Amino acid sequence: MPDPLSPSDAAPLVELRQVSLAYGSGTGRMLALEDATLSIAKGEFIAVVGPSGCGKSTLMKLVTGLLPPTSGEIRVHGAPVKGPIRGVGMAFQAPTLMPWRTTRDNILLPLEVVEPHKRRFRANKAEYVAKVEALLASVGLGGFGDKYPWQLSGGMQQRSSLCRALVHEPEILMLDEPFGALDAFTREELWGVMQKLWLERRFTAVLVTHDLREAVYLADTVYVMSRRPGRIVKLRRIELPRPRTLETTFEIEFVDIVHELRERIHLEHA
Amino acid sequence: MSDTQRRLLLIAMPWLAMATLLILWELACIVFQVPEILAPKPTRIFEVMVLRWDILLKFCMETFVTTAIGFVLAIGFGLLLGLAVGASPFIYSGLYPLLIAFNAVPKVALVPILMIWLGVGALPAVITAFVISFFPIVVNVATGLATIEPEMRDVMRSLGASQWEILTKVGVPRAMPYLFASLKVAVTLAFIGSVISETVGGNRGIGFLMLSAGARNDSATTFAGLFSIAIMGVLMYAACALVERRMTRWAFRGEIVT
Repeated sequence: MPDPLSPSDAAPLVELRQVSLAYGSGTGRMLALEDATLSIAKGEFIAVVGPSGCGKSTLMKLVTGLLPPTSGEIRVHGAPVKGPIRGVGMAFQAPTLMPWRTTRDNILLPLEVVEPHKRRFRANKAEYVAKVEALLASVGLGGFGDKYPWQLSGGMQQRSSLCRALVHEPEILMLDEPFGALDAFTREELWGVMQKLWLERRFTAVLVTHDLREAVYLADTVYVMSRRPGRIVKLRRIELPRPRTLETTFEIEFVDIVHELRERIHLEHA
Repeated sequence: MSDTQRRLLLIAMPWLAMATLLILWELACIVFQVPEILAPKPTRIFEVMVLRWDILLKFCMETFVTTAIGFVLAIGFGLLLGLAVGASPFIYSGLYPLLIAFNAVPKVALVPILMIWLGVGALPAVITAFVISFFPIVVNVATGLATIEPEMRDVMRSLGASQWEILTKVGVPRAMPYLFASLKVAVTLAFIGSVISETVGGNRGIGFLMLSAGARNDSATTFAGLFSIAIMGVLMYAACALVERRMTRWAFRGEIVT
């Protein structure tokens, strides 16, 4: 079994080769992503940072097959991606929970849709509910399953959203600025929650963020993107030991890496 | 003013406003000596309503049944069409202009045609109630579907959900508050539709009662019919509003619903 902490040694789970994506056509054509090449190993946690509007979210949609690339090739498990791939969990800046479902029923949603759970759902509901309760407890939301999302705080909604993204044990987790709308304290607390979940389950994660400290705290590899049209201009491996804590973020090595990334992004604004 | 007084006053306000209006009406009739054939006093109208309650109730029930049938048809048909229009851009672009053109036709103009086709009776009233009330339902349901958050769709698609699953798990529940909001409007319209049909040409219902009482210069009975219509309208609206609150508690974020 490959060591997830040294992803470069493992066979890539996700591969992008010279992928470009343009929205629209004719004069309205806008190149959002240009010539992106990257590979993500199984169990690796990567972060994509860059100025706003640089195509970070586009990259995420490409990897999950929600958008077809204009040119280039995307492979998952060695097979070209042709449509939305299975076994993905997603969390966005907005929690996108369904207000008509309780928190528990929201988190059960992927199990109602994704095979093989879908087939077993009715017969094994009690088992799945227990699973959701355990997951809720692990993110500090034990006993909140009966509440509706709108009865929870922003941070609690975002935790629920993470639970929903993980409940069907996806191989790949896509995080599109999931902590972006939260206050600084809640955000830093959720970094810890996220890292704990990753250390326990070792899924492959793609985090899109504009918070450099968040990227360095969570990721094994950080990709820096240029201004639109987005290109990958820097790859930085983060070899800080895990579990990282808030204390880590004040250590000199951590600060140096953040500084280095900041300078590279600063070039984009110059 | 204490909180309790405030709350009581809020509840009492509609009744106070209505009582004020009726008292002003009564006083105006007395002061200006308005002949009964022009505008009967409210007390006289209520007297007639009490005296002839059996007839009024019978005609009201006829109107209620035609309205209810037309309304239920409108819900069923409006829901299906609204889901289709909201779910498919092709159906939307194909049908929407037609729907708008159809809605622009004054429905009272349809009644004579319906009479030619179907004769006099309950059926033209049912159909008028139906055609006049299905439009807001279609538009609202379609709007509810069309405004699904793109992220919600992405979540479902990335889970490998089919279009059908997205429709049933996200679209339909999300369209429900829109549906129930439209029902309040639609039920009033359905009611207007059946009364119009009864008034233009019919042999049953409260509209017909008012028409024939008016022909006999029996203003008091005509006004009693009008009051009955108003009361029925409010009751139907209230029933729909209650159903709305019960069914879509989440859309009200749980406020004061027990």
